[in-house]
Amino acid sequence: MTVGTPRAMTVVLRRELTLSLRRPDQILQPLVFFLMVTTLFPLSLSPEPQLLRELAPGVLWVAALLAALLSMDGLFRGDADDGTLEQLALSGQSLAAIVVAKTVAHWLVSGAALVLVSPFVALALGIPVGAFAPMLSSLALGTLTLSWLGAIGAGLTVGLKRGNVLLSLIVLPLSMPLLIFGASATDRAITGGSAAGPLYLLAALCVLTSTLAPFAATAALRITLE
Amino acid sequence: MTVAEQPLIPESVTAPSAHAALAVRGVHVWRGDRHVLEGVSFAVQAGELMHVAGPNGTGKTTLLRVICGLLAPEQGSVEWRGVPITAQRSEYQAELAYASHEPALKADLSALENLRFSVGLKRRVSDADLRTELDRAGVGACADLPARVLSAGQRRRVAMARVLAMRATLWVLDEPFTNLDAHGARFLCGLLAAHSDAGGLALVVAHQELDLTRRVLRLELS
Repeated sequence: MTVGTPRAMTVVLRRELTLSLRRPDQILQPLVFFLMVTTLFPLSLSPEPQLLRELAPGVLWVAALLAALLSMDGLFRGDADDGTLEQLALSGQSLAAIVVAKTVAHWLVSGAALVLVSPFVALALGIPVGAFAPMLSSLALGTLTLSWLGAIGAGLTVGLKRGNVLLSLIVLPLSMPLLIFGASATDRAITGGSAAGPLYLLAALCVLTSTLAPFAATAALRITLE
Repeated sequence: MTVAEQPLIPESVTAPSAHAALAVRGVHVWRGDRHVLEGVSFAVQAGELMHVAGPNGTGKTTLLRVICGLLAPEQGSVEWRGVPITAQRSEYQAELAYASHEPALKADLSALENLRFSVGLKRRVSDADLRTELDRAGVGACADLPARVLSAGQRRRVAMARVLAMRATLWVLDEPFTNLDAHGARFLCGLLAAHSDAGGLALVVAHQELDLTRRVLRLELS
């Protein structure tokens, strides 16, 4: 009996999550990085609550962006190195659907995990609890968009031996709008303004990348496979 | 468990439909300035095996990748059942099992999990079925061990179990004899014979002769 696309995506998602759970260090590495960077700021700057609160949105978002970059390179590299990518490409399933499942799994273990630990960081930086909801929404939308951008970058650089630097050069300029709108949403929430505007823009970027990135990443992977 | 307990010639492993045929027509592939494949043409009918031979660097793996559809040739075409494979990608891939140089196993997953996730993309398959295929390939005892602890030969056998479990009509095997012991090589020849008896097709890149009591087509690349 043949396998439909939704079932195939479930199979890939389960495989990716199982693999991630077998290698918890790969999940923990970006999270520890995120926690360390954000903890270093209060230590190196003045621990003045007012100053920390002003810097908090920028610190939070730059740390989140760099932490996300750490895990991007591994999105397709393992599969390309051990021949799994060829098996996926020849599975008879849409490669774009497989890319979607892999990217969503990547976001669940990197981006979503980062969103979950961010309240602790926010408290340390003096962000008021009332600003948590817009901050968490902006991080959730931003990290998911980063995963899609990462899929394109990882697809383009997976054929290179040390593609990590090139991957950063591809993804960082594309992620500047996220940094601006994400930090702006968090800042407005802290200062008591409405975060709706930047959040809508983040949501629009998330929709744009989640509809186009799977096809771009698939095209990049097909070039790599040749 | 020892591999000697395995039957040398397994029962029928596939149920391919009739009239399966692969035709490669005038395939040219360049790699930079190198003309790797210069007008390769051949046809393989249902029940036929083809041994692709030739020295290193003559494009054997490139040819297999063209046949699988992973690599588009600059010129020429590959047809399956009379239709170019580019026009029926998913139908063709559903009937294809490719075993590359690399066994394509995740070190952190068990042999059974590896098969469950890769075969699970092609067809619905139960763990019991997969254990049967692993048993057939002589690695039933390793089903629950992480691929990391398996020897190179055992990994090759797990990759072969995946080919069996896919129930594909066309097998494309890139150096499947690598790392196999003498019994494993005879066993693989048995699998190929059974696949051919069931009307399946196979293309095998190998540096050694295929020890089969039947006609094997031979393509020599130079």
